[in-house]
Parts: sequence; C-alpha cells; structure tokens
Amino acid sequence: MKIAVCLKRVPDTEMRFAIAPDGKSVDPTGLKFEISTFDEYAVEVALRLNEAHGPGETTVIGIGPDALAELLRKALSMGVDRAVHLTAAEVPYDSLAVAQALAAELKDGGYDLVLFGRNATDTGSGAAGAMTAHLLGLPCVTAVAQLELAGGTGTAKRELEGATETVSFPLPAVLTIDEGIARPRIPSLKGIMAAKKKPLDVRPAQLGNAGVVVEKLELPAERQAGRIVGEGADAVPELIRVLREEAKVL
Amino acid sequence: MANMFAFAEARGGQLRKVAAETVAAARQAANATGGGQVYALVLGGPGIREAAMILGGYGADVVMVVEHADLGHDRPEVWAATAAARIRDKNCRAAFFSASAEGRDLAPRVAAILGVGLAADVTSFEMAGDVVRVRHPVYTGKAIATLRVEGTPAVVSLRPGAIAAVEESRTCSVESGTPAIDPGTAKVVVTEVGSRGAAKLDLADAPVIVAGGRGLKAKENFALMEDLAAAFGNAAVGATRAVTDDGWRDPADQIGQTGRLVSPQLYIGVGISGAIQHLAGMRTSKVIVAINRDKDAPIFKVADYGIVGDLFEIVPRLTEAVKKVRSEG
Repeated sequence: MKIAVCLKRVPDTEMRFAIAPDGKSVDPTGLKFEISTFDEYAVEVALRLNEAHGPGETTVIGIGPDALAELLRKALSMGVDRAVHLTAAEVPYDSLAVAQALAAELKDGGYDLVLFGRNATDTGSGAAGAMTAHLLGLPCVTAVAQLELAGGTGTAKRELEGATETVSFPLPAVLTIDEGIARPRIPSLKGIMAAKKKPLDVRPAQLGNAGVVVEKLELPAERQAGRIVGEGADAVPELIRVLREEAKVL
Repeated sequence: MANMFAFAEARGGQLRKVAAETVAAARQAANATGGGQVYALVLGGPGIREAAMILGGYGADVVMVVEHADLGHDRPEVWAATAAARIRDKNCRAAFFSASAEGRDLAPRVAAILGVGLAADVTSFEMAGDVVRVRHPVYTGKAIATLRVEGTPAVVSLRPGAIAAVEESRTCSVESGTPAIDPGTAKVVVTEVGSRGAAKLDLADAPVIVAGGRGLKAKENFALMEDLAAAFGNAAVGATRAVTDDGWRDPADQIGQTGRLVSPQLYIGVGISGAIQHLAGMRTSKVIVAINRDKDAPIFKVADYGIVGDLFEIVPRLTEAVKKVRSEG
C-alpha cells in the first residue's frame, strides 16, 4: 500500500513560552521543536500497516521552514521510506490554506491512505485532515482509535464523547489518528544511518490564501491566585458557602 | 442586520446541551449586528422535530428540521453537505458549530465545502462591525490567540461550555426539509454504535465536572467520585491521563492536552496534582476547586478554592453537603 502521513513541526509544549516582539507568534528562542504528538502516532500506524500488509511505501509530507527537515529525517529513521518537504517560511494558521498545499502534493500521488494526527498540538484546530479529504474528494474518518483493513475496505472505531462508533469506508481514504492506537517507536541506530540515504524531496508549498489570521497572541491571564479555604473535612462547610455565595455555582 | 446559522446537535433522539449553546451564540451574534434571523439546523431520526422545538427558547427564529430514518446517529457527509447548503441558502454571515466530538469532525468539512477557513474550538467571539474576531487557546492552553476570521461565512466551532446557553425566547417557525445528499450515497457507513451507559451525562454536556487523579489510589475508589457526581445531579466524572493509562477509567474520560478539553461552570479536581497536560484540558473552567493532600501541588495555583487534606475524609463529607444543598433547592 502507498501511505502518506502529513506531519507538523510544533514546539514542545512542555517548555516555557514567551511571546515574540510582533505580539502574534511564539518566540522560538530556546524552544525545542518536535513532530506533533498525534502525527507521530499516525507515522507509527502507517509503518505497522505496511509491515502487516506486505510490500508498501510510506511517505511523510510536511510544510515548514528549513528546520522541518530534521523532523522529516526522524520519521525516515523510524522506517518511513521517503519524505517530501514543502517549504514555507511559516505555516499559516488557516487550516484550509494548509490543506490546499497538501492536496496539491497528494492529488497525483496514488496513495491508498492519507493519515493525519487528530489535531496539531499548537493550533489544536484538527481541521487540516478533513479539509484535505474534501479537496481530494476522498472519504474521511476522523479521530480513529482502532483500525483494520481488508480487501480495499477499512473498518475504524471512533470515540464520541460517551459513545463509540464503528464505521466502514472504501480506500483510498483520509484518516485522522487518535492517541492510543499505536505507541511510536524509537528510531534505532541502524534506522538513523539508513535515513541519511533515503530520498527527501524539497519543493515550495502551494499554500492557499489564509482567511483566518492571528491578530494577537498572548499568555493566558493568570487565574486569580487561589485561596485555600481550609484543611481537612472540616473545611467543607466553608467550601460550600463560597461556592454558593461568592462563586454562585451551587 | 445579518443572518446567523447554528448547527444544533442531536443524539439518540434528543438535543444535546451544546445545541443550545450554538443557538445562543448565533443569537448573540445576530443581535450584535442589529438583529438578523437565527437559523438552527437539526438533523435526526423520526421524532426529532418535537425535540427541536425547544431551540426557540434560546433565540432561534427558524428551526430547520431534517427528519430521516438514516439520520438517527451522526452521518458526517450528510450533515456537512446539508449544513453547507442551508448556510448558503439563508445567506448567513456566520455559522456556529460545537467543538464536540461530532462538531470537530463536522465543522472543517463544512468550511471546506464553503471554501473558507475555520476558527476551531473558540472560547469567545465578537462581531465588531464587519469583522468576526474570536479567541482560542493554543499551544495546549499556554497561549491565547485572537483570530480575525475573514471572508463570509465565518465558520466557528465553540468549545463546549465556553458560551453560556442563555435563554432568549423567540416565536420560532419550523421548516422541514430533506438532506442535501441521499444518506444512501455516503461513502463512510456507520456499522455499529456503542453506548457507554446512556444514562450518564457526558463531560461536554455537564455543567459540573468532578475529576479524579492518582490520589484516589485505586480504581474502585472512583466510587467516591461517582457518588459526588450523583449528589450534584448534573455532574460528570473525568480523570487524569495517569488514571486512564492505568485502566482505572475509560480513555474517553481523560481531561487534558491529549484528551478532552472542557469548560464547565464548576470543576472539582480530587487527588490531582495538576500536570501541565491536565491543566491544558480544564483551565478554562469557570470555577476550579482542588482537593489535594499536598499544599504545594500545582493545581492550587489555578484553583479558585482549595482544601488541603485527605480526600478520603473530605470527599464523602462534601458529597453529603452537596446532597443537602440540592435537597433544599
């Protein structure tokens, strides 16, 4: 099977953030960047599918600045066969602008499956997958928690806030991958060596026009410093009182 | 004056709480432009028409109902095509969806069909003249982005709970219609729907969330949390990732960066230290209460109110106190 995985380069969200002087972006100084969490799950899913279903080819595609190459190499060292780097000084916030660039790259690729993470950990929009599917005219299943393929048909299980759903879909298709489906492997030394010889194509991203733009980025207002209402079970009446009288939520 | 669209989600023949939220948001947006019409769309199985009538109470002028035997549960392709068609027909300036599980799937599809971007998982919005401006937590809640949504219609999905379902009664009319595409032609087919206890309130629908962490020490101790939720009567039980990873709770209960993003009126964290990954999922709650043994636990830094001490003594007492308050009305 030919499987493509679209991945995004994002800052490690465990690190401390500062807002850049433009007031619209994160100051990259000292930040570590990584493959967005769910996208890395998607890479693992693709590798496992091709391992299980016989000969295939896995491609990773990313949009971003030069530094993205390092993360595409990481995916290659995990076992991905080739990478495509769609260059852009920055990735637009607008998911449709991103989807247009991805669809342009994917449309003649003959992929059986196109995988995305459920959402990127930076913008958290979770829209690029479904939008790309629409542009490609392919069926789309989002937030896939379990996946099986047999004879050109896929079966996926999804979690829906208090319910689960099993869906079937024809290939080719676009899927977005939820957490928990497959823990990403750590690249082996052999994989890292092999990655250096694998193809990494570079071409400009054909981004669409952005209709959703960042006007301002700010750190969240610190919540009002909390107050300890007391210690132990004897503090319960005071908690009830403040919830009723001050917070008015009870 | 501009018309607004709201997608009102139904499940199992009933409207969800988030349906009232999207309609209330659309009303608020219409009022801000000097009062256009609010069109609410409801798709569902037979009988959904009666359930949909309550939307007039939240500011809908027209409830567009699509009743179809094949629409008893979510059908993204049919929902998306129908929503996009109605947004165009009614010339709506903005379209509001919920960023619920179904809405997160649906809103990007609708935006793509309409050829516009999406402002996803929004916690507040304003109509300022001709500009739609929204706020959305990014970088797992470590920063807040203010976004300008250009183009018409503006497609927005709202974080469940973030916009209050304010009641504003209107005389509303009903328009019955058919799906924009035949459900039989959908490529993705739902073959099985499982429920995790239909009687239970979901995290997205609950005004109160009581969440438990490792401090509860064992799976069976979550009975304490269930009791507390039951005392409130309108609460759902959530959990930290550590707890769901250990199999104490269902993964769908996980609140945090890689789980559910919630904004209840009241969040009570019990035995939760407050790891960044968890805080990312609940820090937009209106009121946060923390109960923890360790007075230096990071959760106390975001909590409005805290009790330091042994949760095994505090929670049962709290459950009794809440029961008493609720019984007094």
